[in-house]
Amino acid sequence: MVRPSTMADRVRVKALMPPGHVRAPAYLRGKTGVIERRLGAFGNPEQLAYGHEAEQKQLVRVRFTMEELWGDVAEAPKDTVDAEIYEHWLEKA
Amino acid sequence: MPHDHHDHLSPSGHPYRQDNDGPLTYWQQMEIAVRELLIEKGVTTPSEIAAQIDAMDARSPANGAAVVARAWVDPEFKVRLLADASAASREMGFDIGPLNLIAVENTENTHNLIVCTLCSCYPRNLLGLPPDWYKTREYRSRAVREPRAVLREFGVDLPDSMQVRVHDSTADMRYIVLPARPAGTDGMTEVALADLVTRDSMIGTGLPRTSG
Repeated sequence: MVRPSTMADRVRVKALMPPGHVRAPAYLRGKTGVIERRLGAFGNPEQLAYGHEAEQKQLVRVRFTMEELWGDVAEAPKDTVDAEIYEHWLEKA
Repeated sequence: MPHDHHDHLSPSGHPYRQDNDGPLTYWQQMEIAVRELLIEKGVTTPSEIAAQIDAMDARSPANGAAVVARAWVDPEFKVRLLADASAASREMGFDIGPLNLIAVENTENTHNLIVCTLCSCYPRNLLGLPPDWYKTREYRSRAVREPRAVLREFGVDLPDSMQVRVHDSTADMRYIVLPARPAGTDGMTEVALADLVTRDSMIGTGLPRTSG
């Protein structure tokens, strides 16, 4: 797997709300997690969805704790959610 | 009155399913229009479409169950499955197309649960079509918010000491849970073991059957 040199192990999903087809779920935006594994490059779904030529974007699995996602009302704070997030949606945390 | 809408049961006691007499929706019309154009222009044929539907219907959780049973009896296969589930499934002869599959292992300390919060991503090539509940807004929203409560409704009551890992299929990966092999199955054949592997145990909403 290609390891982008700029990618920190702790990452935050950008808190953006752009229109259109986006695969970064809203409940994870602004949330911080750790990279669980790197998956390689895939066509950017934000372009593919409209039939445009798609740039290759690095995709990583990010692991979030329930505590990070839901705070005090987390059902079990140490349980986790893993999700695939494209690199252009992530920033260093 | 035979057409009374308050009659929900047929004389044989089965509920009536409402006839689909309503007008086509915009997207239903669009699907028919595009399909007819593709056929008219010779891009595809009705028999190719029917064959593809047959292929889709032929896939069933038995495929995934065979993969799980192999992993239970063959430690080296299990290593390969956890490293690259697509390659391991192909090795068993399953046509999984371009599917990027990740297998996540249940252990005595960890329970995995699969969801697609955005839509209905599901490892169809290995498990067939997803169950209706998998696509509901309720399952999709609650699985990441209160997975333990959801699991209890499925009859899986996990101790606090067990960690739950939810996997949200947000992009290009699909997931299958490798459930833990039930106790008391030591002498069973691979084929008999596959019978213990339920669809829900590979989604994480269930556990395998026990041999008794």
